[in-house]
This record gives sequence, C-alpha cells and structure tokens, in this order.
Amino acid sequence: MVGLAFDSLRGPGVRPAGPLSPDAALAPATVTAAPRRTSGAVRFEAVSKSYPTGSGPVQALDGVDLDIPAGAIFGIIGRSGAGKSSLLHTVNRLEEPTSGRVLVDGAPIEALGTDGLVALRRRIGMIFQHFNLLAAKTVRQNVALPLTVAGVPRAEIGPRVEKALRRVGLEGKADAYPSRLSGGQKQRVGIARALVSNPEILLCDEATSALDPETTLAILDLLRDINRRLGITIILITHEMSVIREICNDVVVLEGGRVAETGPVWRVFGAPEHPTTRALLAPLTRDLPADLAARLQPHAAPGGSAILRITYAGQGGPDLSSLAAAAGAPLRLLQAGIERIQGHAVGRMLVAVAEADPDLEARLRSLGGAVEQIGYARMDPDAG
Amino acid sequence: MTPQMIDRLWQASLDTLFMVGVSAGIAVLAGIPLALFLVTSGPDGIFPAPRANRLVGTLVNGFRAVPFIVLLVALIPFTRLVAGTTIGVWAAIVPLSVSATPFFARIAEVSLREVDAGLIEAAQSIGCRRRHILAHVLLPEALPGIVAGFTITVVSMIGASAMAGAVGAGGLGDVAIRYGYQRFDTTVMMVVIAILIGLVCLVQFAGDTAVRRLRAR
Repeated sequence: MVGLAFDSLRGPGVRPAGPLSPDAALAPATVTAAPRRTSGAVRFEAVSKSYPTGSGPVQALDGVDLDIPAGAIFGIIGRSGAGKSSLLHTVNRLEEPTSGRVLVDGAPIEALGTDGLVALRRRIGMIFQHFNLLAAKTVRQNVALPLTVAGVPRAEIGPRVEKALRRVGLEGKADAYPSRLSGGQKQRVGIARALVSNPEILLCDEATSALDPETTLAILDLLRDINRRLGITIILITHEMSVIREICNDVVVLEGGRVAETGPVWRVFGAPEHPTTRALLAPLTRDLPADLAARLQPHAAPGGSAILRITYAGQGGPDLSSLAAAAGAPLRLLQAGIERIQGHAVGRMLVAVAEADPDLEARLRSLGGAVEQIGYARMDPDAG
Repeated sequence: MTPQMIDRLWQASLDTLFMVGVSAGIAVLAGIPLALFLVTSGPDGIFPAPRANRLVGTLVNGFRAVPFIVLLVALIPFTRLVAGTTIGVWAAIVPLSVSATPFFARIAEVSLREVDAGLIEAAQSIGCRRRHILAHVLLPEALPGIVAGFTITVVSMIGASAMAGAVGAGGLGDVAIRYGYQRFDTTVMMVVIAILIGLVCLVQFAGDTAVRRLRAR
C-alpha cells in the first residue's frame, strides 16, 4: 500500500509532493498524482552577487550551481546573511547576479528587456514574509492587480479572482481591506495574488516566518496542496528546518553565499554532512540528555553500560528484536526519535548495553544505521 | 462696524479664498509630479536619474529658502510674464503657487518615501511596470499622508496670502494691515483674526476628516 501510494506520486517527471506522513501514505485513494509539469524548472549556473558597501564589497552569493526540477518543492535554508534571499530574488530578477546566470525552463533570463522581464514575472508568483499587500486596496483589488496591470479584460478578471480566493479559502473576505485580516488570512491573500496569473513557479520569501506555529502549518498545507493540484514549482527560503521537513522534497543549505549541502530532505536531515546543517538541525534534534552527559566516561568502568547512538537515514527503521538479539546483553532504550520523511525513517536512538564487547558496534551496524559508541555510564539502579 | 466695512471684509474673504484655492490647486498639480520625481529619480529609485534628482532637489531648496515677501517682489518680472499684470489677485497667485509648490512637494515626498519598499518589490514581482507602480502603489498608499500634508500647505498658504496686499491683491491680511493696524481699528483687526482662525480650523477639520476616512481602510 505504502509503496503504491509513493509510486503514484513518483510518476515520470513528477516529484513526490512533500514528505508523506504515515497516515497519508496509508491512504492512497486520497492521494492524487500532480499533473505532469514540464515547465517551472530553474537552474543556477555559477551565480555570484556582491554588494558594494562602505567597507568594501560584500559577497552575498559565491558561485552557486543548483538545479531545481519542474514541479518540486525546493527549500533554501541558511542563517541570516547566508545569501538565501539574494538567491531567491535572482529568479525573477528582483536582484541581478554580478556574474553567472539563471535559467528558467532552460532559457537564460539576464538578457530580457522590460517586456520580456514583465512577461517572465507573470509566470513567477511570489509571496513575502510581511505579505506586502496594498493597504489602500481591498482583498479583491489586491488579488486582481496582476491581471489589471496585464490588461486582462474586466469580465475575465472577476471570475479568476473569485477562483483564486476560493482556492485559498477566503471567499467571504473579498471586500475587506487587508488591515482587517489576521496574519494567516493576509498570507492567503498573498498566495491568491501570486496564483491568479497561473504561474509555473511560486517563490516564497520567508512566507511563514511572521506566523504562529499553527498558522504556519495551515499555510504549508495550502502550499503543498497547490503544488499537488497545480504542479507549480515551489521554491521557498526559510531559516526554520521544521518548514523544510514539513513540505520540501529537496533542500539546499547555504553558508556564506555558497552551497554547503544539497539533496533530498530525508538524506540531509538523516545524515547531515556540513556543520551548518547540523547547527540548523539542532533545534529539531534531541541531544544527549544533560544528566547522562554528566555521567559519561570515556572508558568502561565496573557496572557501567556502553552508550551508543544509532542514527537512521533512509533505512526502513530500527528492527527492535534484531537489535536486542545483536546486543547480546540487556539493552535499554534511553532516548529515541524516529520520524518518517518522504517515506524514509530518519532519526536517532540512544541505547545502553549492559555488557559491551569489542564487536558490539560492528554487530549493531550490520542491522543498518550509523552506530557510534559515545562512552560508558553507570545506569541508575532505581530505573531497573 | 459700518456696512461698507462688512462688505469690505466679505470681499476680502472671497479674495483670500480665491487666491489660496487657485494656488493650492496649482501646488497639487505641480507638487505631486515633483514629489514623485524626487522620490523615484534617486540612485535606488525606479526611474534613477541621480544628477537631475540633485539639481531639482537644489532648486526646490532654493525656493524654500526665500521668504515669501521677498519672493513676491523678486518674481515680479515672472509674474508679469505669466499673469500679464503685477497687481491684483492673479498677480498674487503666481508667487503663492511658486512658493507653495516646493513646500507641498517636500511634504508629499516624505509620505511617498514612507511607502514600504516591500510593496514596490511585490508590485514588481507581479509584473507591474513602473507607471503601474506610481498609479497603484506609490500614490494610493501615500494618499493619507499626502492629504495631511496638503492640509498643512493650505493652512500655511492662508498665512502667506496675508502678504498679498503688497501687490494690491487685497484679501484678509491686507484689510487687517490697512484698517486694523494703520488706522487703529481694533475691531476690524479682531474680526479678521476671528475669520482667519475660523478658516484655518475649517481647513484643518476637513483635512483631518479626509485623512481619518482614508486611514480607516
């Protein structure tokens, strides 16, 4: 069942439209494949960008090469100043690269004149952290603006605006002014405005960073739904790993204007290679509990248990009975957090094995997962 | 007060309203494009033209630096050229407009600059051309501030119009000087002051109401 649902999303040229929670994976009937999309791919070739400042030029982007396939939900993450905003802005040329080039659907965009640029921007929607809605216009007028300035006949604008508002669940708010709306509603208006011209690509510039966690999830659900139903490529930047985990297929980690790490979300989360990725993941990762860390010793002591950290990235997940058998001694689970990202078990466990022998690590490793013995500690006798 | 004096005050009020009204209209028609130019032609603006921007900025400052009573006299040749006369109401409207336009432009400029750069970015991202940004973003978003600034401009123009008597344009200020000051008619002076206060209050109230309506959206 799980495989079936997953395969149906993995059709040729179609990316899975987000990590599948186990529930979604088990309900294939409700999962429909995204329409096949051949447009909406973005490619960065050696994109660099520097800004002149009072104290010399600042290198915001430094030779970024990146391929974003059509129909993907692609995350760009990094600390403040890592260059993610600059990178996103080069896609619709709100910022021009100093060198290198950006291709949208295989066509370079740097040489476009005013008309070409306006046409390009009408194929690329964008939403913003602070929504950037026009306060002097109603919701309807805000959403209609891309069509109004494109010279779309009035008779056609009305129905298209209604449709866009229905898609984001704001039918009843068409005549309200943005100041009367909540943050989540404002972002929905922003999404409707971005979608009304039927774009191929949607750029999300920290789109959920100003929202509370609950609203963030609702907006991410909406974005995932848009990606699935319309096949629009979504490129989002964020500094929150949880956003990436929630909806992205692929992620790139930027550090100092360079690509630190890139790959499918499950792999980057499960086996982060770059220190920046690990640092960004830290809020989501349970580290060694403080009481245990305090008691940890580098060498075996009488009555001490071996403490091992087993990290899973992309395997089927821990087989507990094999694990206990391989340990060959009382095995205690100290801490565990395994979750499924895009159908892969990702996470880690901390276990204590009462009597460690030299082959223990190797035996555990043969079961899958990266095993690391981090030390020895005497277990609290009260706990059994 | 004699009926003649009441007539004179009535005529003076009408003259003041006419001078200020026409000059304010010209200040809006000329000041808003000027303000838009000052905001959008800067190095980071949407119509970058830094040299022209500096030149116009300096010109505006120059006009703002000259006291109105001096401008009134200094502009006499220009006034003759434009209005065909150097005395009367029309002769006052020329310097009043010339003085109010840079003043209003600077005030409108402040409001236009306060429009969030993110809104311009958003407009660009949805395929707005530069003229669309002027019409759909900058002007409507800055409108409450521009209206508030226009109110200030009109009030200060009512003050400046008092000097129009110097070119024989009449108006309330002229009556106050000639009758109230030079002929020691305290009653006339008081009445003129009362009318001016009433006028300014009315303008301010109308402006505040308009701004409140605009901001209530």
